[in-house]
Amino acid sequence: MMGCWVLNESLPIIVVLLWLGMNLYLFMVTFRWYEEEESFLYTRVILGSTLAWAKASALCLNFNCMLILLPVSRNFISFVRGTSACCRGPWGRQLDKNLKFHKLVAYGIAVSAAIHIVAHLFNLERYHLSQSEEAPGLPAALSKLGNSPNESYLNPIRTAGTNPVIELLTTIAGITGLVLSLALILLMTSSTEFIRQVSYELFWYTHHVFIIFFISLALHGAGRIVRGQTPESLLLHNVTFCRNHYDKWHAVAQCPMPRFSGKEPSAWKWVLGPVVLYACERIIRFWRFQQEVVITKVISHPSGVLELRMKKRDFTMAPGQYIFIQCPAISLLEWHPFTLTSAPHEDFFSVHIRAAGDWTEALCEAFGAQGQDLKDPCSLPRLAVDGPFGAALTDVFHYPASVCIAAGIGVTPFAALLKSLWHKCCDSQSQLKPSKVYFYWICRDARAFEWFADLLLSLETQMSEQGKAHFLSYRIFLTGWDEDQALHIALHWDENTDVITGLKQKTFYGRPNWDDEFKQIAYSHPSSSIGVFFCGPRALSKSLQRMCRLYSSADPRGVHFYYSKESF
Amino acid sequence: MGQIEWAMWANEQALASGLILVAGGIVATAGRFTQWYFGTYAIAAGVLVCLLEYPRGSRAKGSTLERCGQRYLTAVLKLLGPLSRNYYFRAALHLALSVPAGFLLATILGTVCLVIASIIYLLAAVRGEQWTPIEPRPKERPQVGGTIKQPPSNPPPRPPVEARKKPGEEDATPAGGPPGGPRVNPIPVTDEVV
Repeated sequence: MMGCWVLNESLPIIVVLLWLGMNLYLFMVTFRWYEEEESFLYTRVILGSTLAWAKASALCLNFNCMLILLPVSRNFISFVRGTSACCRGPWGRQLDKNLKFHKLVAYGIAVSAAIHIVAHLFNLERYHLSQSEEAPGLPAALSKLGNSPNESYLNPIRTAGTNPVIELLTTIAGITGLVLSLALILLMTSSTEFIRQVSYELFWYTHHVFIIFFISLALHGAGRIVRGQTPESLLLHNVTFCRNHYDKWHAVAQCPMPRFSGKEPSAWKWVLGPVVLYACERIIRFWRFQQEVVITKVISHPSGVLELRMKKRDFTMAPGQYIFIQCPAISLLEWHPFTLTSAPHEDFFSVHIRAAGDWTEALCEAFGAQGQDLKDPCSLPRLAVDGPFGAALTDVFHYPASVCIAAGIGVTPFAALLKSLWHKCCDSQSQLKPSKVYFYWICRDARAFEWFADLLLSLETQMSEQGKAHFLSYRIFLTGWDEDQALHIALHWDENTDVITGLKQKTFYGRPNWDDEFKQIAYSHPSSSIGVFFCGPRALSKSLQRMCRLYSSADPRGVHFYYSKESF
Repeated sequence: MGQIEWAMWANEQALASGLILVAGGIVATAGRFTQWYFGTYAIAAGVLVCLLEYPRGSRAKGSTLERCGQRYLTAVLKLLGPLSRNYYFRAALHLALSVPAGFLLATILGTVCLVIASIIYLLAAVRGEQWTPIEPRPKERPQVGGTIKQPPSNPPPRPPVEARKKPGEEDATPAGGPPGGPRVNPIPVTDEVV
């Protein structure tokens, strides 16, 4: 159990170290090869060790470009998660951090690209210098190769005195290189956290520049301008002797004119698989777009929250999963993620959407959430649904005790979970593994409780009827109120049911004291592994993670808190 | 797409271009490439662009995250007045700065990026956006005694809470109890201590 906990906490670091190690290994191996390989000896005479730098970073680029599409292939990830047994537990949780890995690989691409560009800048400059009149003996002789009809060239710059910029713009490698760097920079400047918050649409639309990126990447080596000696030429032309006798090459028998050729482009071989996989992802999304989604109910909750209940053929879900929704009437290209708030046993699936940006506001307005007249069902805009994806919360059923913490709208995955738990609880056949579930809901606005107050109320009554009231322990925290509310609450303090939620469990005011809560939970479950699930803002996530580490016992038989976060 | 503040993206792009110009300039100057003096120009132009673009402008709606330590540069930019506020000027400036760097291979990437930033700034200017500095919020001093409420102004026995509320909130309470304010006691109250 302790080993499991250590593995859980350190798995992200292991994955990062593996990735970094692979990059360094590929870099070193390629660097050494280009520094020592005989067929590139003459190339190194002109270019020096910047050849090896450029080629080694190119291999890292190939590797990272191959990896970058994999974390965003959601259907592929769901497939991997579903089929392999090894993807339960800690490895499965790593699959939830796919976006973090995507960003890590992107940074890797940026660093490798910077090294590659600087190295090639030096290379082009050195090619240029070797072709000029002041070039020393051997490089000048090498650069002149290719002028006569039967010769193959080594130096891609064929004339002296040209501006390297012109040379760049007249080669495939140069143009695609410029396009690649530009695409990469546009991708990165429009993906900063700030821009994603300012305008998610800008980020999403600009990110499609990756299509140009991959096409240019495949074409980048097609010109084959960085050349090495052919194997046949190496057999005939003794390089170690002939390099000192370059003025006698055509005359001496040991030194026939060396022949050069470029390597065939290899980038496309690395990225073909992931590109095809991602293309399949988009095709799947398009196919799901065509599938019909029937909207069975539209409910408008306070605080600008819209609940949509839908039906779709062959749709199966687990609690905690999310779907992507598209509304062609609002935008043809945007798909937005929402957690499912219904449980698997219900015959519909639902989402709760809060109006928090352009698209969600337009959606709420289209569905008549702004307090207008009831809309005719036929006039409701059509929706398309892709998914479901992700599955952080099914793990709740694997722990003897679980703590579920939600902040604000982050309660949505837990709504599905609670409904599912209640259904399993009522179903007397199934024996539930979790013996206790603690649920915390922290909310800033009292009106927000109305989204799920009826769910909690029915849960409360059902549990007390069945005598299982101790199974679910929930606490609701209200962190914002004004004076009127405070007076109202103080007046009704001594009543049986809570004045805000109507539940028997009283609402707490202010933020929870996590030290006390964790201490109490650790005390009540001395030697079990407890799963902690959270959905909400990052600051709270960090402090909860700290709590988990703090209150996990050093004793392998003691209590251990396993933390996992659900977020978008 | 209608709500995008293009200037925010233009700012990120221009800052990145400035850094790339500086990097390209350093490579060209350190490596003593042919016409490396364009490299020194690129370093200078890049530094100027970075200084101009480092302070983030504030968004039209919502709060804006400041960059670390941008207060000082914001103060300098405010002095420039319309030159820093107007995006047409910035677009033209970036275009002009980028042209000389286009002659050197090491800085051509910086040139193209800066041209793109200039185009985005032009788009922002056409849509009427302006650079407004992020003003530091005045630190809210806790008002000493602000939370102390006035003690009840009438002696006991006092009317119930609903009636004691301020006149503006009377709609919330049902009509019950006399209005707030000092209450006239029906039975005269005298102090026992003589």
